[in-house]
Formats: sequence, structure tokens, C-alpha cells
Amino acid sequence: MMLRNADMTQDYVWPNDDLTVIPDWVYTDQAVYEREIERIFHGHTWNYVALEAEVPNPGDFIRSNVGPTAVVVARAADGTINVFENRCAHRASEFCRELRGNARAFICPYHQWTYDLKGNLIGIPFRRGAEGKGGMPRDFDVKQHGIRQLAVTSHRGVVFASYADDMEPLPDYLGPEVLREFEATFDGRKLKVLGHYRHSLPGNWKLYHENLKDPYHATLLHTFLVTFGLMVVGNRSLMLADKSGRHGVMASAKSDAKKLSGDAKKEMLAFKEGLTLREKRFMNFIEEFDSPWSVTMATIWPNLIVQREMNTLGVRQIVPDGPHEFVMKWTMFGFEGDDEEMTRHRLRQGNLMGPAGYLGLEDNEAIKFVQDGMRRVPNGTHLVKLDPESPQGTADTLISESAIRAMYRHWREAMGL
Amino acid sequence: MQPSPPAVANDRRLEALFLHREIEEFNNAYAAALDDNRLTDWAEMFTDDAFYVIISRENADRGMPVGLIYCENKGMIYDRAFAHEKTEMFAPRYLRHIIGNTQILGEEANGDIRARANYVVVQVLYDRPEAKLHQVGVYHDKFRRVGDQLKLAERRCVYDNLLVDNALCLPV
Repeated sequence: MMLRNADMTQDYVWPNDDLTVIPDWVYTDQAVYEREIERIFHGHTWNYVALEAEVPNPGDFIRSNVGPTAVVVARAADGTINVFENRCAHRASEFCRELRGNARAFICPYHQWTYDLKGNLIGIPFRRGAEGKGGMPRDFDVKQHGIRQLAVTSHRGVVFASYADDMEPLPDYLGPEVLREFEATFDGRKLKVLGHYRHSLPGNWKLYHENLKDPYHATLLHTFLVTFGLMVVGNRSLMLADKSGRHGVMASAKSDAKKLSGDAKKEMLAFKEGLTLREKRFMNFIEEFDSPWSVTMATIWPNLIVQREMNTLGVRQIVPDGPHEFVMKWTMFGFEGDDEEMTRHRLRQGNLMGPAGYLGLEDNEAIKFVQDGMRRVPNGTHLVKLDPESPQGTADTLISESAIRAMYRHWREAMGL
Repeated sequence: MQPSPPAVANDRRLEALFLHREIEEFNNAYAAALDDNRLTDWAEMFTDDAFYVIISRENADRGMPVGLIYCENKGMIYDRAFAHEKTEMFAPRYLRHIIGNTQILGEEANGDIRARANYVVVQVLYDRPEAKLHQVGVYHDKFRRVGDQLKLAERRCVYDNLLVDNALCLPV
């Protein structure tokens, strides 16, 4: 459904067309948010919903989301993975309340309408009434009243769903360069889930993408990245954007921070000369991937982050909840065949990540600060002017915002704004 | 009149009472160190080989090891203390740790004392009127005597509120 102009609450004007100035209404306006649900999350996109390792056996299911919409991801008896809305076709009840489990069917607790593992309606109590009275109309067709089922695809154990029924295959959706990085992380080894983080974040969901298309902040905000040479000016690095502008990969090859130039150190307050850790193993990078990069952060439009920070690995799912809030669900993983020491290494290094991570908590705080700044000053704009030599797209310097501009080129097309 | 219990049983009960009181005092000092932001003092309350983790009830119940904070030894606990005091960027805040329902559960083969206690952490941001319940959970502990002091050989903080409110910026 198209939003009518009457639904929009203001003139949605961009200050200029080169995308170097972003208006705050992009992040704060309710009507814009609702259009994002329709045109992006429920539109022509592949949305991350699960890892196959979370539903290995027939009957296994998890609760998940496509945009803000609750869905169930279930493996049926025939081995297929199915994604359908967590919303009863009868009275809209969100019937699946467990985070995960194993079931033969889903029974809505309100009136016991029953669905199979693909979301087909298979049972209605008292369909023909009782004692000759009541019941559903004679011509009621259960086939017309299943739950809304989504298109599903899976690549290297990562499951995506879409409301569109004409989606291109995932590799085409990602494009060759982003696919290459995706497959460097998901390299064919079987995934082993190590656990989850869940947190809310009082900011607009797009700020999370931008944060990971903004290598500039990585060199300034995060003491741990800078001081230990994970991502720092002078490293070999790349801020990749795909042709469409919607996906990206921030990549860096670890270097020895001691070799930083004196000038670079002076620019970076976050660089702490002489900071050492008592746990020396923490920053070890054990080579295990066919990739020149020790760190890659892939932003897969519209709701997935693939984190490969040395040996701590995870996927992060963005679940928007209004223009000012979103939820992040992190699934941290290793691989089948990791020995105990490798698993512990991943867990130790996991201290970088999540809502208490050395990097993670700083990102969450920074994103909150941005939303606060926008909410408290009406009709503002802000700047993404860095690196004019790369107007929109891939940048080979960390001091660049061209991948953010590329994302907004795509966003404006998708949104018609 | 009831006959008084034998002196030996009384001694045992007194011993249990003293230990219970000692662990409660330990937890009070632990909460005070965190509330006062004395994180180096906090790190000192662990043994050298201590295991400290803050883990969601979701992960703990399923035997999944991922924790918000995951420390395998005192060195890692010190690194956490140092980072939260000196390098991490987050908005200023006050925290209040309330620890209660302390229970002594038994003794390990090596003499470590198994105990548990419930905890709540209340957080105040400077620009908000409310004190928010930031985390609620249970400590699963192993205490050890080192010299004349009790230290934590293990503290597994298992929290119930799976959805963390933005960020956990200080230990619990």
C-alpha cells in the first residue's frame, strides 16, 4: 500500500542532492518509519531471520522478526525451513511465546486454531458448531486462511526471509564483493552457536548501519581498536560498498600499533600509549579464514550485521521498534571442530562485543547520544562530508563517510523521499 | 523444659551462622566497592584463578557459555576494571547494588564454599528522573579462604532481564 501524502507530516526536503547533509527527520519521523516497514523490511529485501544451526531438527523453531514483525522460523518434517508471521489468522494473537523449542504443530492458546510447521491452518475447534448451531460459514476455506508465509532462502547456514515473492537469489542480492566477504566468514564449516546477547538501543535503526559504514569513528572512539592496532590509521583497510549502496563491509588488517606515526597518535585521543593488558592472549589473532582481513564488519541490508572481529564471530539482527528505538539480537558462534581452547579464545575475545563489550558498549552509548541530539533540537541536519574524492561508495581510506552517502542514495530510491 | 542440645551441635550451628554472616559482609563490601566505583578494590576481591561471568538466564539454562563479561582469571578482571575506569566511553551514571537472599549451599572437595545470593542493580542517569532497575539476577558463587580473607574463586552472575537496556557499562 502506498502512503498517501496526507499521512506524511511535513515536507521531506533534503538540504542538497549530494547527500553530504542528512536531515534529522530521516531518523525521527513516525510516518517515515512506517514507510520503511512497508517499503524496506516488508519490501524487496532479504531479511536475516536465523542460523540453520538454531533449528537443526524437524520441529525445531525459534521466534524471530522481519523488521518489527514477529515471525516463527520452523523446520518442517521434510527438512525445509519455513518462516511465517507469529500472528493467528483468526484474531491476530501472537501465539508463539517461547524463544525456541520443538513442536509438532503450533496451537494458538486463545481459541486453539492449529497450524503445521509451514504455517498452514490445519485445525479449527467447533468448525461445524455444536449441536447443529454456530460454527464457521460452510464455505470457509482453510487454505485461504493460513498464516502469512514468507519466501525463504539460506546461504552457508544463514537463513533469510522476504515478503517479496520475486526476490533474486541471495548471492545476486549481495553482489560479488560483499558475497566474497560473507563467504570468507561462513566458509563452509558447520556453525556452533555459543549463545546470545539481546539489548534495546534508544536510537534509529539506521544509525547502526551508519556506525559500521563509518570507519572514522572506529579510529577515534574505540581505545581498544586503536591502542591494539585492530583498526587504526595506517592499517591496510577498506570501506567497501556494493554497487547498490545498501550493503557494506568495513575491513582492516591488524597492525602493530607501536609503529604508528607520532602525528597519527596525536590526532587520536583514544590512543593510550603504554596501555597493556594483563591477559596477553586476549588480542591474539589465530588465522583461520581465507581473507586478507583480520577484522570485517559486514552490513547486509536491511537487518543483518556479520561480525568477524579476529576470532570472535557473531551475527546481529536489527529489530526496529519505532523511529527512536530498536532491539539487537546477537548470536555468537564458533565452528564444529573448534577444540575447547579455541572456544575459550572466542569467548575471551567476545569481551569486545555485546552490550557490555569494550567496543559494543561504546557504540551503543554513541548511537544513543546521536538520537538524543536529534530529538532535543527540532528540524536539524548533520554532516557526512568526509572524503569528497569518493562521492558515494567504496573508500580506501578510513577517514571517509562515502559508504553512508551510498546507503542514503539507495534509501532515497527505496523510499521515494 | 526441653533439654539443651549437645555443645557440639551448637558449635556447628554457630559456625554456620558465622560463615553466613561473613559472606553477607563480603557481599556488602562487594556492593560498596562497585557503588563507589572502586573497581580495583572490586578486582581484589577475587582469587588469582577466579572465574567471573555475567550471563543471561537464557544462555545459562541451555549450557551456552557466552557472557556479557567473561573473565577466566584475575588478570582479565583487572583488565575490565582498568578499562571501565580509564578507557571506556559512556555517559556518567550512578549504580546501586542490592544483594540479598544469601544462602550457603555446601562445600566443594577442595574446601571452596558454594553459595548463592540474589542481586538487583539500579541505575540512575544524570538527565533522567527515574532510578531504573538495570539488572536483576542471581550470583552463583564459590568462596575460598586466602589467608584470613574470603575471596571469590567463582562468581557467575545469571541475569533474568534478557533484554539489556542499551549497555551494561559497569560490572555487577
